[in-house]
Amino acid sequence: MIRLDTVSKVYTRGARPALDNVSVEIERGDFVFLVGSSGSGKSTFLKLILREERPTAGDVYVAGRHLNRLSSWRVPHLRREIGAVFQDFRLLPNKTVYQNVAFALQVIGKSKREIHQNVPEMLELVGLAGKERRLPHELSGGEQQRVAIARAFVNHPPILLCDEPTGNLDPGTSVGIMRLLDRINRTGTTVLMATHDDEIVDQMRKRVIELKGGHLVRDQDRGVYGLETV
Amino acid sequence: MRLRFIMGEVWTGLRRNSTMALSVVLVTFVSLTFVGAAALTQMQVQQLKDAWYGKVEVSIFLCPENSLFEQCAGGAVTTVQEDEIRAVLEEGSVSDLVDEVYYETREEVFENIVAADSTGVYSQLDAADLGPVFRVKLADPEQFQVVADATSGLAGVEEVKDQREVFDQLFTFLNAATFVAAGLAAVMMLAAVLLITTTIRLSALSRRRETTIMRMVGSSKSLIQMPFMLEGAVAATAGAVLAIGGLWLGTRYLVEDWLTGSIAWVDYVGREDVWTVAPWLVAIAVGLAALASLVTLGRYTRA
Repeated sequence: MIRLDTVSKVYTRGARPALDNVSVEIERGDFVFLVGSSGSGKSTFLKLILREERPTAGDVYVAGRHLNRLSSWRVPHLRREIGAVFQDFRLLPNKTVYQNVAFALQVIGKSKREIHQNVPEMLELVGLAGKERRLPHELSGGEQQRVAIARAFVNHPPILLCDEPTGNLDPGTSVGIMRLLDRINRTGTTVLMATHDDEIVDQMRKRVIELKGGHLVRDQDRGVYGLETV
Repeated sequence: MRLRFIMGEVWTGLRRNSTMALSVVLVTFVSLTFVGAAALTQMQVQQLKDAWYGKVEVSIFLCPENSLFEQCAGGAVTTVQEDEIRAVLEEGSVSDLVDEVYYETREEVFENIVAADSTGVYSQLDAADLGPVFRVKLADPEQFQVVADATSGLAGVEEVKDQREVFDQLFTFLNAATFVAAGLAAVMMLAAVLLITTTIRLSALSRRRETTIMRMVGSSKSLIQMPFMLEGAVAATAGAVLAIGGLWLGTRYLVEDWLTGSIAWVDYVGREDVWTVAPWLVAIAVGLAALASLVTLGRYTRA
């Protein structure tokens, strides 16, 4: 589903590479944590998958597409196959919960009928049924993140990228979000989540990819946050 | 769905940036009024040329008895010389340029002068003081110089004059006016482009959240950019419509009522000419907006 083949990324010539010769393969339906401290290359990793950046060397394949060769006008089609969730939610403050989720479908040209059908379904799935008409500031952080997840997933993309989705949430709320992501993963969606949250990683016991200074230092099935000596 | 979405976005953008939008409307209004005025002036020039050049004649003044001109030192024109000149006009090298030749005798010239003179000064003259004149109507009035060159050196010719010289001053003035209007229009259009650029930029910045999300969920570049482009185009077109209205009122009241009332013998441009110019003004407005979008959007709504 996602494959990085000896990928390096250098932002400014001469500087230390943000990613250095990284090779990773993520299968369809995987749940993968991407861990590492700030500046380890996590964000670059995600940006390469979203084709916000191009690799300096190596090849990136996502959802059957070779991103190195993807022309810029086809990038939107790639992004429709990747849902993205961020630490800061990125909701539109003047739109209601329903409108925020519907917006994602509107702007890719879905019909009114599809929107009417999919949006309530999705809000039901993320546990926000009954709060359709609330504005983001009337919701708790956890609820806002649920809206963001609903928006990212309403188009049923095969891949969900989460960049520190629990970074702004307290541990109790985070557990709820993780349950939701787990449910989404069980529908066959590939979930790749960058995080600092060791508790969550330790609890979930999923595959862990760890980056350090741009190098891949660990790729472990059913791993924990800290480096385990096996 | 998309159309409604785009229209909704355009409306929101215009409302949110209403003062900027208004300034775009006003600047395009003023600049396009100048463009339109320049175009109408040129149409007026062309119309006058068409109307007048058909009527004007070349006058070949023949030597009178006591001419002060050097080429008439030989005394008054003789009948032989007159025939030679006529031969050049009617059978010679320039005959194909000449439509008609009319010979005005001394007496006729005198009568005409006296008739046109309200002061009475010219009636003191005597017909014998004047020379006869060939009035030549040209097939193509623009070819005056060729006819003048062919005849001015001939014996018995005092002076060759083109009535166009009288009008040319007016045309020079109108052309200068056109240049001034066009120059001002150019400056104003530059201002309009810069202003539209700023408007689009502000609008794009104030809707950064939306465009970021649109990009993220995979909406096409055209859908992201279209509202901003249309915003500029709508405002600029509104300016063009105002300019057309202004020109229409100008021709209706200034030209058709006032000028026609005061100098009636001139054939003026009218409201129908404004309609000829109108589509061009709208096209220019849309072009300005498109130009502004082109230089702005790539930078502010990255895909």
